[in-house]
Amino acid sequence: MEFGLSQDQLLLDDSVRKYLSSEVSIDAVRKIASGEQSDSDIWRGLADMGLAGIIIPEAHGGAELGMLDAVAIAEAMGYAACPGPFLSTAVMSAHLLNHSGATDPLAGMASGDYRVGIAFSDFVGSRKGAVTESASKLSGQSLYALDASADAYLVALADGRTFMVESEHLDRTLLTTIDTTRSVCELNFDQTPACLVTDDAQLVRDTLYRGRAIQAADTLGAAQYMLDQAVAYSLDRKQFNRAIGSFQAVKHMCAEMASQLEPCRAFVWYAGHAFDEAAEDAAATACHAKAHLSEVGQFVAKTSTEVHGGMGFTDLVGLHYWFKRIGFNRQLLGSPEAVRHEVAVMQGLCGD
Amino acid sequence: MDLSYGSEYDAFREEVRSFIRENKDKQPQAGDGIKSQAMRDWQALLIENGYHSRTIPREYGGYGAEPDIIKSRIIAEEFGAERMHRGFNGQGVTMLTPVLLEMGTEEQKKAFVEPTIRAEMIWCQGYSEPGAGSDLASLTTKAELDGDEWVINGQKIWTSTAHHADWIFCLVRTEPDAPKHLGISFLLFRMDTPGIEIRPLVDMTGDANFNEVFFTDVRVPKHQIVGERGQGWQVANAILGHERGSLATPDAAMNRLNGVKRLMREESINGAAIIDNPVFRDRLLKLEGRVLAMQYNDMRLLSAKINRNQDVRLAGMIVKLIGTELRHEIECLGIDVMGEIGLSYGDNPHVRGRGSWQYQYMFYLGLIIGGGTSQIQKNIISERGLGMPKEPKVEPKKVEPKIAPKIPAAGAK
Repeated sequence: MEFGLSQDQLLLDDSVRKYLSSEVSIDAVRKIASGEQSDSDIWRGLADMGLAGIIIPEAHGGAELGMLDAVAIAEAMGYAACPGPFLSTAVMSAHLLNHSGATDPLAGMASGDYRVGIAFSDFVGSRKGAVTESASKLSGQSLYALDASADAYLVALADGRTFMVESEHLDRTLLTTIDTTRSVCELNFDQTPACLVTDDAQLVRDTLYRGRAIQAADTLGAAQYMLDQAVAYSLDRKQFNRAIGSFQAVKHMCAEMASQLEPCRAFVWYAGHAFDEAAEDAAATACHAKAHLSEVGQFVAKTSTEVHGGMGFTDLVGLHYWFKRIGFNRQLLGSPEAVRHEVAVMQGLCGD
Repeated sequence: MDLSYGSEYDAFREEVRSFIRENKDKQPQAGDGIKSQAMRDWQALLIENGYHSRTIPREYGGYGAEPDIIKSRIIAEEFGAERMHRGFNGQGVTMLTPVLLEMGTEEQKKAFVEPTIRAEMIWCQGYSEPGAGSDLASLTTKAELDGDEWVINGQKIWTSTAHHADWIFCLVRTEPDAPKHLGISFLLFRMDTPGIEIRPLVDMTGDANFNEVFFTDVRVPKHQIVGERGQGWQVANAILGHERGSLATPDAAMNRLNGVKRLMREESINGAAIIDNPVFRDRLLKLEGRVLAMQYNDMRLLSAKINRNQDVRLAGMIVKLIGTELRHEIECLGIDVMGEIGLSYGDNPHVRGRGSWQYQYMFYLGLIIGGGTSQIQKNIISERGLGMPKEPKVEPKKVEPKIAPKIPAAGAK
């Protein structure tokens, strides 16, 4: 019995964290977030390490690893507030394309040359008009598609049918969100040619749950960064001739963050593991993990900022990038309340 | 990640199951007290088969098995699934026995371990005092040596089971001039020794779960000390470690949460089942997510006992804090879904679950405070888990003798 990351997974995690700490500095995040630079160099570097193809089969040039490996990587990326299409291209699109049999794009995705974004709003629960299809042409609008520089998008309709649309046929507008470390756009369809990838709603749901497990891991990493920063700042910052970290008021804030966050590590690992080895648990665990990490992440984001005092509120420290990243993970692909409702439905506690 | 226990354990699990099938009828019933023959017989049966005191050496009355975390876990799982009585696990069994085995003399082990684990010798713990709670090391109950006997004077509080106990393990100050942590000794003595008075302490649940214990010139043989004079604090800390984790297991929390689910299906308001109310449902699911986090955390802790390279210090430190708070909230939801029915208590004919929801709601507030308050837990987590500094100590102010102001004496010039 061994619950945790294997030696291989720890080695991979270590090398990814080393790369991220040298290449994805706060300055690099700022440049990408402000639009001064694109995320392409970072994604190229990550692809060279095999991360763009992490779950893609070796036959298509990928590393063919599992979801536990993917959540470990996502945690490291959250810690670094790393830009790039890991959630969309490397996990969700890669899974959906691989299992729908539309495997042509996989090799380009694994090499980092081709990005496939996801437009799942309608499937998750759209707050605006739905996208409709007629004779392999899409009409309507899809909001909050990930990411804005993708070469193509997987558009999942409310009934689960999922189409692939090339970006060159698309009218797309960049949407400003709070989290500028990830790029989001609005897709406008007007008799836009689209290719049906799958009508298997179960596969699309499974893809969504995998995305949620990745988001939970990303929030775990981002919140861990904020906790580490809070502790470090409290040991450095002096008021009343003492490090503020020696005041119980501040220590207890840090202890509360750690107490809520630490069990999330095991939760997120299990959520990844369930997709690989315990399929019957996978859907509910991924949803629960996403909702729970959203709550814990929100608490840590607020509390860490408070420990930093006025500096936490400024742009100077840059802590807000993580604060916003946690907020982004909370809403995208289902708010905690909506996701918990889905779990209640799965358990038969209520109707749809 | 490998969550299987391995096929070599299948036979063991089957063995436990067949024991349960064959002996289910022999377990103590609700009315059997801790001193009943039924309890003692059951305890003996469990030890004989290795389901209690499993790793305690045979020479001290245990089963004498090699420590095997997985086997212990399987026993817990199978007994839990069938709601089987786990035997008597008072403070003597869970807290004193490990300490005696580690720090006691050969004579003490021989004299105390076997009757303790067989529930023939019931113990209570004399630690807290009215003036020494979170600052336990400031305790003032004193023991002075008079010939071959300690003479004990002082008062203890929060002494659960004192009214049933045959013996007490007790912290007393023996070196009044030493620094507070170095002046304490760990004594064992009989509760029927002259000079001991027990007063029940009724708590908010309406029960007397605790007592106050008063000592007036209680005389105890000199050799009934564990460790050396002045070492009592180290001995006590070894036991507190055993106490903290066991107060809030996530599997028990999940059982209670499933109980709330059942209540929500059974209870209704204006003909609509509570489970159909989305507000209550969201509270339920939110708590379920938190319990799951603690269950997986528990698996990680179990794994670290087998795989020594895994670092789970922080993951272990938070269990008492999070577990007791979580349990309190689960019990609270159980009450809330019943509305005014949830107020029922005691002999009220409308009471649900024998009043357990209100009882546990209050009892877990007691556990949030007892065994190291939540605030003390946060100090421990921030200092030992996160490496933050201790709050600077405030030195007691020296009272300066008042100097009379210099006023020239009348008439002096």
